[in-house]
Amino acid sequence: MTDLKNPSLAPPVTTVGIMGWMRQNLFSTPLNSGLTVLAVAFIYLLLVPFFQWAVWNADWTGSDQSACTSGGACWVFINARMELFIYGFFPTSEYWRVDLVFALLAVLIVPQFFERFPHKGWIGFFTLTGFPVLVYFLLVGGSFGLEPVESGKWGGLMLTLVLAFVGIVAALPIGILLALGRRSEMPVIRTICVCFIELWRGVPLISVLFMASVMLPLFLPDGVNFDKLLRALIGIVLFQSAYMAEVIRGGLQAIPKGQYEAARALGLGYWKSMSLIILPQALKLVIPGIVNTFIALFKDTTLVLIIGLLDILASVQSAIVDPAWGSVSTEGYLFAAFSFWIFCFSMSRYSQALERKLETGYQR
Amino acid sequence: MKRITIGLLGAAVSLSMTLGSVQAGTLDDVKRKGHLTCGVSTGLPGFSNANSKNVWSGLDVDVCRAVAAAVLGDAGKVKYTPLTAKERFTALQSGEIDMLSRNTTWTHTRDTSLGINFAGVNYYDGQGFMVSKGLGVKSATELNGAAVCIQAGTTTELNLADYFSEKGMKYKAVVFDTSDQSVKGFESGRCDVLTSDQSQLYALRIKLVNPGNAVVLPEVISKEPLGPVVRQGDDAWFNVVKWSLFAMVNAEEMSITSANVDSKKSSSNPGAKRLLGGDAGGKLGLSSDWAYNIIKQVGNYGEAFERNVGKGSPLKIGRGLNALWSKGGLQYAPPVR
Repeated sequence: MTDLKNPSLAPPVTTVGIMGWMRQNLFSTPLNSGLTVLAVAFIYLLLVPFFQWAVWNADWTGSDQSACTSGGACWVFINARMELFIYGFFPTSEYWRVDLVFALLAVLIVPQFFERFPHKGWIGFFTLTGFPVLVYFLLVGGSFGLEPVESGKWGGLMLTLVLAFVGIVAALPIGILLALGRRSEMPVIRTICVCFIELWRGVPLISVLFMASVMLPLFLPDGVNFDKLLRALIGIVLFQSAYMAEVIRGGLQAIPKGQYEAARALGLGYWKSMSLIILPQALKLVIPGIVNTFIALFKDTTLVLIIGLLDILASVQSAIVDPAWGSVSTEGYLFAAFSFWIFCFSMSRYSQALERKLETGYQR
Repeated sequence: MKRITIGLLGAAVSLSMTLGSVQAGTLDDVKRKGHLTCGVSTGLPGFSNANSKNVWSGLDVDVCRAVAAAVLGDAGKVKYTPLTAKERFTALQSGEIDMLSRNTTWTHTRDTSLGINFAGVNYYDGQGFMVSKGLGVKSATELNGAAVCIQAGTTTELNLADYFSEKGMKYKAVVFDTSDQSVKGFESGRCDVLTSDQSQLYALRIKLVNPGNAVVLPEVISKEPLGPVVRQGDDAWFNVVKWSLFAMVNAEEMSITSANVDSKKSSSNPGAKRLLGGDAGGKLGLSSDWAYNIIKQVGNYGEAFERNVGKGSPLKIGRGLNALWSKGGLQYAPPVR
């Protein structure tokens, strides 16, 4: 019922709309007002010059240093050296092989972001098993009429992705086995797993890489030489699987004893009860931890630059000292940081989607 | 579990094992493989760096190319292994690379205790100083009381201390981790002087926002002879690398360039004839056109210098100590005779 003679007044301007929101959230007390003004001033002083440098005053087109005249960021440099940052020293005529690998990876990963996709499970399975083999033949070459490309010519984003992907694909299964071994009732297996985990978790990755690149070749007999990239890869996998094992052990310990007993009561053996009952629950619980380890691994791959492998960061570093360009280090490092952020952020988003999908009543 | 790991490791080793025998002599090894494996730096402008076409180039890289041209007749048959300063000698000792050409200073300790041999000097470097023009300093002796930007943990730090105490001057060290950071420190005015090897100072100067404002002082306070390195105990290979470098210097001395090498080959000059033909190559275990291939494909020492660090490059380093002995420098090669 409305009173026609005295219609209710509109709420005061200061409580609705933008004004109201600002009053309530930004200027509710003198202290808050002060903080708001400070924050705005801070953003203004920091972001405006940044955008001026990075966008408005930046040089985008051209092919060499002479195109960078406006005083802002010289993105021409990134553009001109993009091939080095993506492919490293891969022969130009073989770029298509790397492109094909990138495209395949994208095609295989995209279905995982959709709720329903035909044969999604099989696509995922292939990504983790058949795909690495395919990548091996494509990138290494030497068979099926492909020209062999030695790993010394690998570099840039491609090398970073190879290191991260191999690390992720290998560290997860090894980590699961180590975690199960550590909780095993067989003393020998348990001791071995505990020693392995504690040894690899107790040394910094940087020293593992140094061992692999500087010490290992001295221990090998004369004439036995194996690829530096492979040595680094094995080091990364062993190191990360130890971390992964501890993350997964956390999940295993969170499963109530009743589940183990129920599995046994059903007459399931060890491997069946693990793979059908325990692990599906445990792995789901530790998705944030697993993805955390993956993201850390992805970023840790940059450490290979200290053993002379030119990943994306190292190739940026070697390009910014190029005397043909002026002072371009800021642009280079920003580009590298942005590339890493894209990959790490998408991994994080994917894990959150996965958690929501697998949500079965643990959420508060 | 452990068994699986060891199994994996074993499989990986056996899969990728390359049973090249280091013992058999590097020269035969390189000829059999059909390529030279050369250790270079991960990126040092003018010496070994990826150029705009993503190909390794530089003065150190040209030594690799010269050796490949001499041994295999093709300067392009080189596989480059980028190495950090820490792993360079291991890579050479373990046979991962055939030779090292990575701005390595020839010192007594390295030459005598690491099982390696320096095959010559392709660049005479030395530590120098860079100051901003505004300071009005003309000589390093006027630097008393200056703040000096240096890189931590390098010999430059020790050389600097020696030099200043010898001259009875004081300085304040501003230490940075990388050369990139020290340039930024110099630029932002945290120090008056930047010190490093002279070749690096020229490269760093380009990275300043206003390179014209900085000058490199004439004083050189340390000796840094840089050269290619090979494993000790393989004299045939040592000779090949040594004489590939000498061939380049000799060619400059005789004014043989990549442009005129064909006409010089058929000229009557006896020195040029001995270098470009004759039995000099045979004595090294190479073909008789070894030096011709080097000069034709890589050029003489002067050409390589000007192209990579001299007038033809953005570094614009003067010849200085690296001029021929006949022009007041130190580059001197024994005669081919």
